[in-house]
Amino acid sequence: MEALPARARVYVVCVTLTALVCLVPPPGLLSSSPATGVPWWPVVPLAALYAGCERLARSRPVATPHPGGASYPVLLAGAFLLPPSGAALVALAGALPLPVEQRPYLVRRLWRTGRLVLAVWAASRVHLAVGGREAVADCDVPGALGTAGAAVLVFCLVLTLLDGGILALTAGVLPRGGRTSATAAWWQLFLRSLVPLTVHGLAGLMMALLWRSPYGPVAALLVLLPMGVSWWAFAQYHRERAAHQATIRALVQAVDIKDGYTRGHSERVGQASMMIARELGLDDDRVEVLRFAGILHDVGKLGVPTRLLTKNGPLTPEERRVIELHPEYGHEMVRGISFLGEARAAVLHHHERLDGSGYPYGLAGSQIPESARVVAVADAFDAMTSTRSYSRARPVPAALEELRRCAGAHFDPRMVAALVRAIGRSGWRPAVTADDVRPDADGHRPPAAVTEPAGPVTDRPGARR
Amino acid sequence: MRPRLHTVVLLCAAVLAAGCLGATLYSGVEERGAALAFGVLVAVGELTRRSGTRIREAAPLAAAGSLAYALLGEAAGRPTHHGAAQVVTVVLAASLLGSVPHVVRGAGPALDPSARRVLTVGFVAVCFQPLYSQGAFDGWSGSAHALLLLALLSLTALCDAVLAAALAHSRTGWPFLPALRDELRALPGIGAAVIATGAVMALGVAVVGLWALPVFSVPLLLAQLSYRRYEAVRATYRQTIASLARATEIAGYTPAGHAHRVAALGQAVGRDLGLTEPELTVLEYAALMHDIGQLSLVDPVPAGATAVLPAAEQRRIALLGGAVVRQTGVDPRVAAIVERQADPHREQPLAARIVRVVNAYEEKSREGGPGGPLTALEELRLGTAGEYAPEVVEALARVLSRNTEGTREHGGRAWREPRTGLSDPARGWVTHG
Repeated sequence: MEALPARARVYVVCVTLTALVCLVPPPGLLSSSPATGVPWWPVVPLAALYAGCERLARSRPVATPHPGGASYPVLLAGAFLLPPSGAALVALAGALPLPVEQRPYLVRRLWRTGRLVLAVWAASRVHLAVGGREAVADCDVPGALGTAGAAVLVFCLVLTLLDGGILALTAGVLPRGGRTSATAAWWQLFLRSLVPLTVHGLAGLMMALLWRSPYGPVAALLVLLPMGVSWWAFAQYHRERAAHQATIRALVQAVDIKDGYTRGHSERVGQASMMIARELGLDDDRVEVLRFAGILHDVGKLGVPTRLLTKNGPLTPEERRVIELHPEYGHEMVRGISFLGEARAAVLHHHERLDGSGYPYGLAGSQIPESARVVAVADAFDAMTSTRSYSRARPVPAALEELRRCAGAHFDPRMVAALVRAIGRSGWRPAVTADDVRPDADGHRPPAAVTEPAGPVTDRPGARR
Repeated sequence: MRPRLHTVVLLCAAVLAAGCLGATLYSGVEERGAALAFGVLVAVGELTRRSGTRIREAAPLAAAGSLAYALLGEAAGRPTHHGAAQVVTVVLAASLLGSVPHVVRGAGPALDPSARRVLTVGFVAVCFQPLYSQGAFDGWSGSAHALLLLALLSLTALCDAVLAAALAHSRTGWPFLPALRDELRALPGIGAAVIATGAVMALGVAVVGLWALPVFSVPLLLAQLSYRRYEAVRATYRQTIASLARATEIAGYTPAGHAHRVAALGQAVGRDLGLTEPELTVLEYAALMHDIGQLSLVDPVPAGATAVLPAAEQRRIALLGGAVVRQTGVDPRVAAIVERQADPHREQPLAARIVRVVNAYEEKSREGGPGGPLTALEELRLGTAGEYAPEVVEALARVLSRNTEGTREHGGRAWREPRTGLSDPARGWVTHG
């Protein structure tokens, strides 16, 4: 990746310096904390525990997709048990030695540690100020819940503010729309982080309560087990889902190759279907289903002899009839896959035409399912704009013009208009390879910069739909 | 007819439950607040049970709550006085209450899990409550007490695994040791979370009172949620593979339902030969996709019957299939099995032997008409010199004879899912359903 902007480096250095001030309060400054020094007994085991959990989350058998944040309960337990500088020390000792995967190593390491130290220190400070220590010591659960809630809120606030800062600085300029959209993006980040962090805060509170109880740290450790198990299951979920998507992709690539199409036709039809669906204002679930509809629309060609698909020269009526069976073959194949929903109808009907001259059933107008009308437009568009064995690729404006000409007879004018609008706004940049860029619910991907720890907060189990 | 093990277990559980109920009715309920709170927790946990999933612990919250109640010695610093009988009564009543909606919806009450719940909770409570109230654990204070609870729960989990495997063995006749191994394999996952939550809840209630119940159930609920999502995506993946593997049937290369039947019968044989759950999944995928190499053929094999082709041709198709499967990015072990399904059995991995034998049986018995299955088995036995592995053929014969019994006993209940959980009571299935 390219070099980090200088202002981002300055920002990281500032964060690091502030964190240092929190760790070692200079005399006279911030002296409101009891000057008894840091109690070593809970700090050392907690730091070791934190580092151990982080290592485990990155190890091979667990391998969570976003390892940072797996062990926030330990950090928050420290914030509820220790004086602020002690809690910050736990974060420092745990986060600093962790390996960094990407360059620039030093800046990333400093950033990752600095933001955690600052957030934990602030949470602990607030917890102390609102009287959370007494609530934990007295086992007063409503009081402890309230104070821990305040601390978690501050923790989340500090983390997302720091992340928002680095995002704005590394993105180069403020996002489109200036200040308001930056605030909106931050607010979204905050809301998405709040739910998982609340669960972590609860677990941290339980650890703190049990740690202070006569049963001691052993009982507190047990709290981490269900959390760890849920992390493991979540990682498995991600791995399995990625494998599933890879399988679907590979199969449709096989179809593309068998058909003699350029590689990636199905993938691009999926992308165009998604653009149309977004433009129509459909909700996110339906957009995702329509993407699959586009990807899988020609899967029935697996059942058609390759000889016919790649035949040079004109087809006999008999051969044409066999090829025209592919929507029915495809529907037969995918009808057992329940998550595809209306995409199955799209596979069956993507060659129907609005005037009823299409196949397999010759449906007309509104008899054709909406999903099929979307995929039909996307399919025709990509067929025109990519090079085939029998025709050269046309430029995008010419293809759109052709679609507009056929709208009403072959294609639904609403879908054609949506595609024209979507391409007019964001252009047509089909993905060349079938890489696994799955846009988030809001289509927002943070720029790949030093924000590595920002991902996990947003991708916790609770954060997804 | 000698009583089957599951009847004995059910009887034991019923006797224990009736005895505890009687004792509680006679002596009255101590500490009603705690009893009510734990009862509500168990009932809510039972409500979140989702039947039909392959999760080993379908209602983890209810399990953890009942274990915690059995291990409860103090509440907010004051000692409790409920005995073992009350624990079993409260847990049983709450479980029954929580399963009312499931019964209303038509899913029958799960007898085996309920019996296991009563027995394990009874075991824990009988081990802990009398000794605790006599002060036998007074020397075990602080961390030692936590470790004691943990040890007791771990022992219980082991016993429960043995019980579950024995029940599955008795219900279905599947070998005991692989079933036990699968049960034990599942322990480090959600089983460990249940144990830890049970112990932590008991300790938490001892420290902060009944407030601990809602707070301490959050991590376990999270774990349950994650597991469900994992299971859901696995089910989707299986559906996708099964559907796309039908491409050969749609293209007319193989008869309808062939891949599905080979997968089901192969699973049964694999289970009989003691394969583990992950190995069974790989075997299932390989069996579903074993004919996919035929897509690359110019002309279909007549009726898709590859078992009658010359060996070299069989191996060529197998290699083509392996290449296709490798492309789809499924577990590479699946591709390896598909690739080697036509090798001589001495060189094959076990899963590939199973696919070969079961595929040949399916093809031969289909052609043979009414007497087909018997003739097919006989032909396979004759072919054990080179093509078909003798131990697999014998396992197939066992599965088939057990299946005939099974269908008779379970009223001809047809096989529905490719694979059902071990705790599923009836797993009868028929080859030509």
